[in-house]
Order: sequence, then C-alpha cells, then structure tokens
Amino acid sequence: MTDRISKEDVAHVADLARLNLTEEELEAFTGQLADVLDHAADLAALDLVDVEPMTNPLPMRNVLRPDVVGETSDRAEVLACAPSVEDEQFRVPPVLGESP
Amino acid sequence: MSDDATTEIVPGWETVIGLEVHAELATATKLFSDAPNRFGGEPNTNVDPVSLGLPGSLPVLNEQAVELAIRVGLSLHCRVQRSVFARKNYFYPDMPKDFQISQYDLPINEEGWMELADGRRVGIERAHLEEDTGKSTHVGGGGRIHEAGHSLVDYNRAGVPLIEIVGAPDLRCAEDARAYVSELRSILVAIGASDGKMEEGSMRVDCNVSVRPVGDAELGTRCEIKNINSLRSLGRAIVYESRRQVDLITAGERVEQQTRHWNEDEGRTHKLRSKEEAYDYRYFPEPDLVPVDPSEEWIESVRAALPVLPRERRHRLAEAAGVDTATASLTVERGMDDLAVDAIGAGADPTRVLVHVENNLADGAGALTAASFAALVAMEVGGDLTATQAKTVLATLVAGGGDPAAVAADLGFEAMDDAALESVVDDLIAAHPEDWAAFTSGDDKERKKKSGFFVGKVMKATSGQADGRAVNEILARRAGA
Repeated sequence: MTDRISKEDVAHVADLARLNLTEEELEAFTGQLADVLDHAADLAALDLVDVEPMTNPLPMRNVLRPDVVGETSDRAEVLACAPSVEDEQFRVPPVLGESP
Repeated sequence: MSDDATTEIVPGWETVIGLEVHAELATATKLFSDAPNRFGGEPNTNVDPVSLGLPGSLPVLNEQAVELAIRVGLSLHCRVQRSVFARKNYFYPDMPKDFQISQYDLPINEEGWMELADGRRVGIERAHLEEDTGKSTHVGGGGRIHEAGHSLVDYNRAGVPLIEIVGAPDLRCAEDARAYVSELRSILVAIGASDGKMEEGSMRVDCNVSVRPVGDAELGTRCEIKNINSLRSLGRAIVYESRRQVDLITAGERVEQQTRHWNEDEGRTHKLRSKEEAYDYRYFPEPDLVPVDPSEEWIESVRAALPVLPRERRHRLAEAAGVDTATASLTVERGMDDLAVDAIGAGADPTRVLVHVENNLADGAGALTAASFAALVAMEVGGDLTATQAKTVLATLVAGGGDPAAVAADLGFEAMDDAALESVVDDLIAAHPEDWAAFTSGDDKERKKKSGFFVGKVMKATSGQADGRAVNEILARRAGA
C-alpha cells in the first residue's frame, strides 16, 4: 500500500521538520510512514459512530494553577547556555522574513 | 453588513475585510508557567524553563487566563465550550520550543457577534487562547529585516497569554474596520481582559482584505496584511490594499493569495509570502495539556461578574437622551454616560448635556456632579447664561465643584434682564444709523452681515453677558419683521 504516501510527500514533511534525508532514508521512511497510515486505515474501517473522539488518553480535564508569580531563572545562568550573547539577549543568525 | 455605495473605496468595487486581533491578557503570570507577565523590564529577566522551552519543562495552564478568555467569549456572545490545546509547528528563533501552543479545531469560544457603535452587528468566528512569542530585534544592515546582520532575542514576552479573536468578513471599509477595533478594545478594557494598547503591542491587528465587483456574491482572493500598529495604519492599509487589488484585476491580472507586510513610512504593503510559501503548521493535539472544559457554574459566575458593557451603556444613554447609539457613543467612550444619564434624569436638556460632554469635557468631568451639571444646563436653556458663559461656569465646576448659580454670580455672569438688553440694542441702533439701514434694507445677505455686526457690538458693550439669540430677537422686533 505504498500509494498512501509518495516519496515527494515524505521529502516535504522532512523539509518542514528540517530533516536532511538521504535518498535511501527517503525510500525507507516512505515505506514506514505508509505502514503507519495503513494502521490508521484499519481504525478508520471500524464503525466508531458511537465512540467519543479522544484528544487525550488521560481521564482528566481543567488542570489549572493559580495566577501567582513564582521564581524566575537567573539571567546570567540562562545566557551562559547560549552559543552567542549580546546586550543580555540571545544572539542568533540573521533571520529571513518575519515570524508567522 | 450594509452594501451602502458610500463604503466603496474604488467606485464599483466592494472591499471585504475580516480582522484577526491578538490581545495580551492582563494576568500576573504567563499562560503555562508562573514567570511574570510584565511589559518592559530588562531583557530575559521574566523567564523560566517553560518560557525558554528547556527540555523537560512542562506547561501548566493559568486559571486566570482561562477566566479572562471566558469573559471575552461571553462579552462577544460566543459559545464557551470544551477546548483542546494544539501545537502549531514552525521554526523561528523567537519561539524556542519550535512550536507555539495554541488552539485549533476546538477553541474555547466560538460563534459570537459584536455590535458596533452605530448598531450594526459583526460576526465573531472564534476567540481562542495561545501563547505569545519572544521579541526579536534586528541588528545591522540598517535595521531592516531582509538586510539584518544578526538578530537579538528577548524571551520576556514568550509565553504571555494571548486571546486571538477572529472576526467574520463582515466589514466593508476602513471606517468599519476602525470601528470594529475600537469597540473590541473598549470591551477588552471594560472587562479587564487586556489593556488594549496597540502602541505597546498588547493589541495587534492582522487584516484580511479582498475585493469584488459590487453585486458579486463570490468572494475575491484575499491577502492578509500584517504589521498594523495603529488604527490610522489599519485604515491606510485597507485603502492601499483595496486599490492595489482592483488595479491588478482591471489590468487583466489576478490577485494572488499572499501574506503582506504594511510599511507605515512608505504607505504601502509588500509581499511576505505567497500561498505556495505559506507555512504548513502541522497542528496536532498538545500531549502535555489536558482539555479545558469549564463547568456551567464557572461560566455563569463569570457572566454574573461582568460589568455593564459599552453596547448596553450606549443603548441606555441613547434611550435616556432620545438619540441614536452612534450619537451616544463618544460619551460612553469618555466614560461619562452615568453622569449624562443622571443629569438628564435630573431634568437637563439631553442635547445640551451631550454637546457639553463632547465639546467641553474632553479632559474629564473632574468635580462636576450630575446635579450641578443639570442645574447649569437649566440656567443655560432658561437664558440665564449664554453658551459661552455656561462653558466657563462648567470649567469652574469641573475644576472645583460647587453650585452653578453661585459660580455664575462669582464670575459676574448676572443674567441681563430684557429691558436692560433692549436699551443697549437701541443705543447701538441709534449710534450706527447706516448699519441699521443696511440691516433693514431687505437684502438677506446684508441683514446677516449686519446682524453679526450688532451682536458683536452688544457683546462688547455687555462684556459678553448678553445672549446672542436674545439680541437677534430684539433686532428682528425693532426692524418690524
């Protein structure tokens, strides 16, 4: 059932995830992802009309915390983890375009 | 909304506008952690492992952010419902996790409406919760994004709670769009959800614009405009973008679906990305957060605690004053509707009350009470004070309170009795026979001119105490008209 997903689709998804895949890896992952989709298709074949859609496996909801200020991180410690720092900020390579 | 021809930016073309407004919620802490939600401050001081997206950190939802989101939903007449957070995946340095936690197919608020000052209703599609990103500053290359040497990132804003309010494409012109944002801001401020400051970025507007020939039912291809930082920019961007799209179509080209950037200095939009380059966010449910499903009790307690909203206040004042809601809106915006309604309730002439609020109380009502306001308007309407004198008395009442009659007396604004005024007018007629002849010549233009002349002379002679209207009545009587 490899027609579930094309090699181009996998290349596109890899690109979105910033993964640099070799031709062999593309082939391998295309097969593996098709298997995953086959599994989803098995579920889709079941009659699930009466089953509530589930977005989380935990039977919990409304896990909330009060709006009270806590401790913040030490800036010097935080910035020490960064490869490059300028003016107490994280220095990053030139950004092309704008934030979406 | 209306298909009124006067809304056309380019004649024969209809502009269709839908706005997406992001507002920072006025919480003490961030959406998913207890770092402070505070504007300004030293870079990277309001941060913690969650706002920095450090490995192993986990989000815990802020109860107050949910409460404020419910307030927004109820104020916009939305259905408040069970909602789920989702990851919106993209790579950008102002978002250290490489995904933004937002809501996607199950937003907390859906399907509402908002009424504009003139009474028209605009659809609200959804109002969902999401986290803000950090702030990047572009350094070098003249500060322009595309020439930047490098960028600096401050994560103080990362994780600040946002409500994104998506309006239906119900707006048709720049004025509509500005009225929409003004009303939304008034509501957000009134319910304490946000400070609504566009200039500080706590309220940000993205604008979807398309055009179609008037009468067409099908929507044109839309462009989304970003970087709009003021109501003025919003109006300018809409006019520019409408014209650009109509020009393309009339030149035989097609409008391409794009995200565009408004440049305030150049007064134009330019392309950021095309539809093909549009981000593919690969949303999926956020596994680290459970659904939010506010109980009926919670929702109803939030509803019960809501203040009276601008819309109801406009209707209340409009009814009290016998005017339409658009006329009542400025008084409500200035927060003087209680004062106006009470003054009118105490017998004051509604028109004079609204005129004073609009023209003479722009800087606030100060020590002015509804009772003294009503008494002042009564003196003015009764002819005891001229409009100019009333304005002066009003300023004194605003500054220090007091009884308008006493204040007027202190200022020497004694009402002139009719006989005294008549004698002043008669003296002036006698002193200026040629002007009087022109006044009575039967030429309307001359009459108007000389009426101004005599009123001016009377005002000078009485140090402004005379009522211009009364002077004109005497002049007319003397002319035998």
